[in-house]
Amino acid sequence: MSVTSQAHPEYNYKVVRQFAIMTVVWGIIGMSVGVLLAAQLYWPALNFDIPYLTFSRLRPLHTNAVIFAFGGCALFATSYYIVQRTSQVRLFSDKLASFTFWGWQLVIVLAAITLPLGITGSKEYAELEWPIDILITLVWVAYIINFFGTIVLRKVAHIYVANWFLGAFMLTVAVLHIANSMVIPVSFTKSYSLYGGAVDAMIQWWYGHNAVGFFLTAGFLGMMYYFVPKQAGRPVYSYRLSVIHFWALVSLYIWAGPHHLHYTALPDWTQSLGMVMSVILFVPSWGGMINGIMTLSGAWHKLRNDPILRFLIVSLSFYGMSTFEGPMMAIKTVNALSHYTDWTIGHVHSGALGWVAMVSIGSIYHLIPILFNKPAMYSIKWVNIHFWLATIGVVLYIVAMWMSGVLQGLMWRAVNADGTLTYSFVESLEASMPFYFVRFVGGVFVVAGMILMAYNVYRTIKTPNDEFVTEPQAQAA
Amino acid sequence: MDYGLAGSIFTVFVFVTFIGIVFWAFSSRAKERFDEAQNLVFDDEPVQKKQSNNQESSIK
Repeated sequence: MSVTSQAHPEYNYKVVRQFAIMTVVWGIIGMSVGVLLAAQLYWPALNFDIPYLTFSRLRPLHTNAVIFAFGGCALFATSYYIVQRTSQVRLFSDKLASFTFWGWQLVIVLAAITLPLGITGSKEYAELEWPIDILITLVWVAYIINFFGTIVLRKVAHIYVANWFLGAFMLTVAVLHIANSMVIPVSFTKSYSLYGGAVDAMIQWWYGHNAVGFFLTAGFLGMMYYFVPKQAGRPVYSYRLSVIHFWALVSLYIWAGPHHLHYTALPDWTQSLGMVMSVILFVPSWGGMINGIMTLSGAWHKLRNDPILRFLIVSLSFYGMSTFEGPMMAIKTVNALSHYTDWTIGHVHSGALGWVAMVSIGSIYHLIPILFNKPAMYSIKWVNIHFWLATIGVVLYIVAMWMSGVLQGLMWRAVNADGTLTYSFVESLEASMPFYFVRFVGGVFVVAGMILMAYNVYRTIKTPNDEFVTEPQAQAA
Repeated sequence: MDYGLAGSIFTVFVFVTFIGIVFWAFSSRAKERFDEAQNLVFDDEPVQKKQSNNQESSIK
C-alpha cells in the first residue's frame, strides 16, 4: 500500500497534518489525566488537597480532553483528508480550515483552564460555559461550510459513503450542541439551563447519547469506511450494506437517549421507548461492524503482517462488543443491576479505548507517512508493540470494571431477611479496590502505547527518506 | 392534530421511507452506482489505479 504514499500538491494537507499531530498530543494528555484519576481512586491522597486536582474537577477535564480534543482532532484530520481524496478536489477554503484548527485548539485550552477552576455548566460532556459554547458553535459552522463546500466542488459523480457518515456527524452535533447549550447567562462564567426538571434531564441525555452516537460513532464509522478499505487494499465488503447501515443508524440513534434515565422521574413510556430503540440499534451497529471486518474476507493473512490494519480491525471487534453490551445494558431489568456501577465505566471505555481510540490510532498511523511524504512509519515493530500495549491495556481495564460493576450491583441490591441492606456502601467500595488497581495498570499500558506512538511519529517525520531501509518492513500488501 | 397523531404519522412516514431506501438499495439501477462509488477510495491514486476492482483477486 505504501506505493500510494505520495503527497498531492493540489490537496490541503497542512490542516490535516496539524490536526493529526495534535491528535497524538491531546491523546497523551487526555489519557494521562485519566490514569491520574484512576490512581486517585486507588490512592485518594493523590489529589494533594489541592482543589484544582480533585476528582470532581479533573474528571470533566479527562472526558473533554479524550472526546473533544483527542477524538475531535482525529475527526477533523481524517474528515478533511477523506473529503479531499474521495472528492478529488482541494478543500473549499484554506482560511476556514485554518480557523477551525486554531479555533478548536483555543476551545481545548480554554476547557483545560476553566474546568480545573471549577467553572462548569455541570451537564455531562457539555460542561463548558456559554462563552466557550459560542466559540465551539462558530468553529463548527466553519467546519460544516468547509466540508460541504468541498463536497459541492467535487470532481466525481458520487459522494463516497464515508462522507455521508461524516456529514451526518457534523450536522447532528451542531443541532445537539446548540439545543443542549441553551442557557441563561448570569455572568461571564456562570449560566443556568433554559430547561427545567425532567425535561432538562431528557434534553441532556438526548444530547449525551447522541454525542456517543454521532460524535463517537458516525464520525468514526466514516473513518472506518475510508481507512479499512484503503489499508487493506480492497474495496469495502458491500457498498449496498453500507448505504442501509447509514440510513438505519442515523434514523435510530437519535431515540436511544432515555436509557440513561431508567427508573428516574422521566415518564415510564419514554424509558421503555428508549429501551426498545436502544435494543433495535444493535442491528445497524453489527451490520456496520460485519461490513468493515468482512472487507478482509479472503485476505485475512494481511492481519498477520500489518499492525496498522490490525488496529483498524480489532477496533471493529471492540465496536461489535460494546454495541452488543450497550443494548443489553439498556434493557431496564439489566440496567437495574448495572446503572451507577463501574460496569457503565467499563462499557464506555470498551467503546472509547477499544473502538474510538484504536480506529483513530490506526488511521493516524496510515496518514502520517502520506502527509509527511515518507515511505512508511519509522518503525512498524513499534506500531506492533503499541498495538499489544493498547489491547492488553483495554482488556485489563474493561474486565476489571465488569467485575467491579457486577459486584457493586449485587452488593447494593442484597437485602437481609428483615429487609435491611446486607452491605453498607463502604463495604462495596472496599470490595472494588483491587479492580481499581487493575484499571490503573491498564491505563498505564494505554498511555505507554501512546507515548511510543508519539516517538514513532516524531522519528518518522525527522528521518530523511533514504534512511528508511534497515528494518525488515512488514508490508501491507 | 394532537401530538399523538402527529407522532404516529411521522413514525409510519419514517418506516415507509426506510423500506423504500432498502428497496432502492437492492435495485439493479443502484448497483451500478454503488460499484462506481465503492472504488472511489482508490480512484485518485496515480499508481495501481483500479487495481482492487475484483474482490477476490487483488492480493499483492
